[in-house]
Amino acid sequence: MPANAFPFDPERFFRGRMAGHGGRVGIEYRTSGEDWAELALPYSHDLIGDPESGVLASGPILAMMDMATSVAVWSKLKLFVPHATLDLRVDYLRPATPGKTVIGRGECYRLTRSIAFVRGQAHDGDPDDPLAHVAGTFMAPDGYR
Amino acid sequence: MTPKLPPYAETLGLSVAPDDGGAPVLTMPFSDAVLGRPGFLHGGAISGLMEVAAIAALQHALPDENKSFGGRIKPINVTVDFMRGGRDKMTYARGVVTRLGNRVANVEATAWQDDPAKPIAAARMNYLIVRD
Repeated sequence: MPANAFPFDPERFFRGRMAGHGGRVGIEYRTSGEDWAELALPYSHDLIGDPESGVLASGPILAMMDMATSVAVWSKLKLFVPHATLDLRVDYLRPATPGKTVIGRGECYRLTRSIAFVRGQAHDGDPDDPLAHVAGTFMAPDGYR
Repeated sequence: MTPKLPPYAETLGLSVAPDDGGAPVLTMPFSDAVLGRPGFLHGGAISGLMEVAAIAALQHALPDENKSFGGRIKPINVTVDFMRGGRDKMTYARGVVTRLGNRVANVEATAWQDDPAKPIAAARMNYLIVRD
């Protein structure tokens, strides 16, 4: 086990994490599996990027996908290992529908000694009608294993 | 022209002020609202700051070109590189419009704390411009 790592329980992790940016924008834990995790971003006035249409800003969706893909890495490892986002690309396929909760699913599809490769999608009710697609990498300074 | 900031920018605690050349620079104080792991900024907040800075730069560039611009700016994509951890101090961000086309704008944004030459993150965005 790398230094600073400890067993990862996503539900417990989010219960203790309502402070900070994730808590302020209202990101919630939904569910997770072998190498993936799903988070939710309920619609809120505080997250609007375009007051005329009421459409959410792109930032909160990126923040959720950063966290969903990060949790996917820890889910795959079954360990919390400190790591940092190296890069993240988001394609905004369509605007999120005003009033609807956005669901973000992140997946870790490849893990090396120090780099995790991730991808994910966000939707607002129908997973076959995604509103964002992401791809990125994380790095663990002390290694993942 | 100082762009009007949306509710999301208020959530991040952002302010906007023109630099010496009149281009908008965004500031984001360190607070619980933008905190990630203890003592560091959340990557999502840094990215959100740069996206607001990019749109502000576009809004600043568009009226110069066309005084009657009343169109919409829609994000197509963003690629963010995180270079340094964001510490407990003021963060700044600026967008640079590298190409302003009829339909698409290319924008680069950087975020920094002490020294603009040492960015904590950089981003590249494409925006769709829907002209009225």
